[in-house]
Amino acid sequence: MAEYGKPVPAITPEMRPFFAAAKRHQLVVQRCCGCGTHRFPARELCSNCWSREAEWVAVSGTGEIFSFNVMHQVYHPGFAAEVPYAVVAVKLKEGAKMTSSLVGVKPHDIRIGMPVRVVFEDLTDEVTLPKFAPA
Amino acid sequence: MNLRSQTAIAGLGITKQGKVYDYNHVGFAVEAVRLALADAGLRREDLDGLLLNPGLSWGEAAMGSFQLQQAMGLRDLRLSSVMNAGGASAAAMIQHAAQAIAAGVCTTVACVFSDAPLKPPATKAEKKDGGGSAGAYGFARGLDAAYGQFGVNALYALVAQRHMHLYGTTNDHLGAIAVAQRQWANKNPQAQFYDTPMTIEDYRRSRWVVEPFHLFDCCLVSNGGLAVIVTAAERARDLKKPPVYIRGMGQGHPGGDPGETLASGAVLAKATAFTMAGIALSDIDVVELYDCYTFTVLVCLEDYGFCKKGEGGPFVADGKIAPGGSLPVNTGGGQLSSFYMWGMTPVSEAVIQLRGDGGARQVPGAGVALVSGNGGILSTHSTLVLAGAP
Repeated sequence: MAEYGKPVPAITPEMRPFFAAAKRHQLVVQRCCGCGTHRFPARELCSNCWSREAEWVAVSGTGEIFSFNVMHQVYHPGFAAEVPYAVVAVKLKEGAKMTSSLVGVKPHDIRIGMPVRVVFEDLTDEVTLPKFAPA
Repeated sequence: MNLRSQTAIAGLGITKQGKVYDYNHVGFAVEAVRLALADAGLRREDLDGLLLNPGLSWGEAAMGSFQLQQAMGLRDLRLSSVMNAGGASAAAMIQHAAQAIAAGVCTTVACVFSDAPLKPPATKAEKKDGGGSAGAYGFARGLDAAYGQFGVNALYALVAQRHMHLYGTTNDHLGAIAVAQRQWANKNPQAQFYDTPMTIEDYRRSRWVVEPFHLFDCCLVSNGGLAVIVTAAERARDLKKPPVYIRGMGQGHPGGDPGETLASGAVLAKATAFTMAGIALSDIDVVELYDCYTFTVLVCLEDYGFCKKGEGGPFVADGKIAPGGSLPVNTGGGQLSSFYMWGMTPVSEAVIQLRGDGGARQVPGAGVALVSGNGGILSTHSTLVLAGAP
């Protein structure tokens, strides 16, 4: 695989199921067994009902742009060639929110409320990153 | 027990601010306390309480107040603690001091903030080495970094973008706040932008940091220290400077997801503080709001009720918060144009205004000041009502 120059997220124990699913090109989030709330990223207990019981469930992978910003500053050399680039907050149909990238859309063409669907980018042999594209 | 005006701020100490390298973070804190004690006409032996809000330079600062106490050679303190509620810490710290004094726990508390994230300009060799201070606030974790999202600017930008989408807020609205505060700073000799005017054109031309934020939407990074001395109102009346009474105080921490509400904790904090102070919004003469961004000023004007939710943009557009306007806001230039000492910047400006020490920027007849602190991503909030009379 070609050299990947951007930060690669560490696969922490609590996020292992997320990365395992992403490698299969499937999007999963935690669902609380106590109250059914979907949440992301992983947490030890539910902030709604305090239940410690949660399961990782596949979600639709569809949602909408909740908000976005356009980064102009280079904080990491891996992004130097891309500035200005957008970072989006996606609200999944199931309710959980994710930070992500929107592929195939120029930063200034992004609109809040745009329907999006998940796509996957294989970064390394271990890590695949979910991103989003217009639905 | 109503704590209204039972305690007062008796001393104010502001070190040199900005690109100054006289001390590290501990040294700036000690210097700020020294100045505050001298201002009050007190000696170090008079202190029996020490509260520290540690800036980023303190690291984890688990024992920061102990470290500061050692550095100052203070003995026999009856109160010593680190306070951290993000940008809400300063007003919360002063509330904590006031409560401890009113409860008889101690008599005289120094409340301190300091930070020294800026390094002296890099030498040529260091520049080659990638030295310098860029990225002092460029932290990120895990997935955010993978998507290229770094630092607090980016997180506030998401909230601001949504406010713009829902309410039609524009960059020129935010720019009106930046320009108004620069005009105040132009009248403040202690401000980093004392003699640097700025127009709305300058604002529009300033580089983007993270859209929708231009450079001039973001607060300054500053080295420095700031301290106040809190004591019983009765005692403060016998000291060197006129007391600044702590008439009301409150906190409101919404936590949660700021993008959903686009609101700060001001509504809750204000209710507590205004009830204690026995005042209404119309009694406020000067407004000193926590301004990590122009956007937080706009949101807080809405949440305190100066205008309706979503109407902050048009509210500030006519210049009413600038010098000569009907609602003086951040009269020292704030953290955007003066110096960034977290919540202590608005506290210090309120003290200066209520003492009548504002010089060219003095608001005539300033008797009651509203002071706010805001931290996290609109997830913590604190309010003080300070006044020149009890």
